Amino acid sequence: MALLDVRDLSVVFKRKGTRPFTAVDGVSFSVEPGQTVGLVGESGSGKSVTSLAIMGLLPKRGAEISGSVTFEDTELLTLSDKQLRDRRGRDLGMVFQDPLSSLNPVITIGLQITEVLERHRGMSRKEARVEAAELLDRVGLPDPQRRIDEYPHQLSGGMRQRVLIAIALACRPKLLIADEPTTALDVTIQAQILSLLSELVSETDTALIMITHDLGVVAGLCDDVNVMYGGRIVEQAQRHDLFQRSRHPYTHGLLQSIPRLDAPRGEPLTPIRGSVSDNIEWEQGCAFAPRCPNATDVCWSEPPELKADDGRMLRCHNPVAIGDAVTEGAL
Amino acid sequence: MSILSTRKADKIDSLAEGGTSLAMDALRRTFRSPVAILGLVIVGLFVILAIISPFIAPKDPYRPYPELQSELTPSNIPGPMPGFLLGSDQNGYDFFSRLLVGAQQTLFVGVFATLIGVTIGMIIGGLAGAFGGWVDSLLMRLTDIMLSLPSLLLAISIAALLPGSQWTVIIAVAMIGVPVFARLLRGAMIAQRSSDHVLAATALGVKRKTIVFRHMLPNSIGPVIVQATLTLATAIIDAAALSFLGLGDSDWRRAEWGLMLGNAQELLSVKPSLAFFPAIAIIIVALGFTLLGESMRESLDPKNRR
Repeated sequence: MALLDVRDLSVVFKRKGTRPFTAVDGVSFSVEPGQTVGLVGESGSGKSVTSLAIMGLLPKRGAEISGSVTFEDTELLTLSDKQLRDRRGRDLGMVFQDPLSSLNPVITIGLQITEVLERHRGMSRKEARVEAAELLDRVGLPDPQRRIDEYPHQLSGGMRQRVLIAIALACRPKLLIADEPTTALDVTIQAQILSLLSELVSETDTALIMITHDLGVVAGLCDDVNVMYGGRIVEQAQRHDLFQRSRHPYTHGLLQSIPRLDAPRGEPLTPIRGSVSDNIEWEQGCAFAPRCPNATDVCWSEPPELKADDGRMLRCHNPVAIGDAVTEGAL
Repeated sequence: MSILSTRKADKIDSLAEGGTSLAMDALRRTFRSPVAILGLVIVGLFVILAIISPFIAPKDPYRPYPELQSELTPSNIPGPMPGFLLGSDQNGYDFFSRLLVGAQQTLFVGVFATLIGVTIGMIIGGLAGAFGGWVDSLLMRLTDIMLSLPSLLLAISIAALLPGSQWTVIIAVAMIGVPVFARLLRGAMIAQRSSDHVLAATALGVKRKTIVFRHMLPNSIGPVIVQATLTLATAIIDAAALSFLGLGDSDWRRAEWGLMLGNAQELLSVKPSLAFFPAIAIIIVALGFTLLGESMRESLDPKNRR
């Protein structure tokens, strides 16, 4: 029984006077307890909207959500606002992209942790403070007894992200969604935060949905990977399969455009042509066709379905030939 | 050199203290500018004067003195004489003592008018910002109506409707500030509502009430505090204007600068100093609050943060 089961999730943004915009289109995936699942794609591919929809954080007006999100036999999409608030933070945690703006600047970080502990674990202020200091210690914040009374602007970026992770894990949620948790950080700090995250989730057996545009992050962390393009999943595979034999031209292109250690010196990277257009259309054909090196006539006329292929799910008429792949170790 | 040393001092400061909130930080930055210090000195002296004036006034400000009254005629008001530094006012009272005590009454009117204005304005703005939707629309149209009237006209209408007392002046002046504070807080709270940290708090299941009072309100209050300081200056001037127009306090004996200025208007040809001194006092105090408020606003503005 999967911990989280997302079925046919679609999010359509509607605004008066403009055409409805489909940000997420029929996305399905599931997360087992303790498993780490990656959601990969470039800006505008719908990965963040997917996570906000799971958490019930999209605005009620203007966003039309359909499909189903089942968490431990509970349908999250039909829960009332109050029921959802009781679950958020306790069963489902979330870490956001920008650690400075995600912390309240006017109250101490200690208060921001104890607030959650008091809310969901019914602790007294005193108990919560002791627990908060322990949590800060566990996420590797130096001198937690002193730091607990500091304000967010007194901490460095990496420390702030550690605090956010401590807050998200304070109530030992069963599922943690990390939305690009390392994007706003220095490269050296990124590695630290990632290893901290993977350490904590395996220690506490927390399932993790890792949202990122960085395939390097996925390579180091995720069991299963979902690659999204234009609001749809285009390839869904286990990590090793994906990196050793990427089949979708988009995944393949993403892997090609990463600098590799084993590549000959001076060899230029191969970028994906073009860029994501504002309104990606799947109705007419494959949305990736305009940028795809393998595109043929059928790609322009018939939208591809997500089909099982070679131990994975693939949405492509002309997948990359097996054998033409990138090795995982090089990342 | 001086920049380097202040930076260093900052670092030492922040290391020495456990936690410095953003507000404390802004306060420290404020008082690095000489303009702010001048404003603070003026305001500080004014407040001290308001507190101690009843004790240091050389004569009783609420009693006519026979030696002044004996020389009082419709065309002559006695000037300075021994024991009476600025001479008499039109009723044979000691003008200097009344001027000193006037600080207290003026501060009283200014502070209460501003406090009432801030309180009502914050309730309206807070409700609009916290709930949004039709509550927001309704309350904001209400403030639009208040804003559409020229501020002094609004105060005059309210003062004319109520009986002439000191509290009438205070309420009338307070109403001028209400729509300004309401708009200010509502705008800041709406900005907060879509901020990342409110989203993060929502994602943690924090209760709506806690989100409003702990996460949205404290982050929105800065501009309101600054506006309140600036409003203190205009409140004192507006109160004086009401008194000058004869819509103020009906108790002519009360030593309040605006009232004293208002009562001196027919006597400008006889003894101009009766109008001059209260007017100068009002100008200096208003300037002090304005300087202080403006420099606070500047230091809270992220664009000026160094």
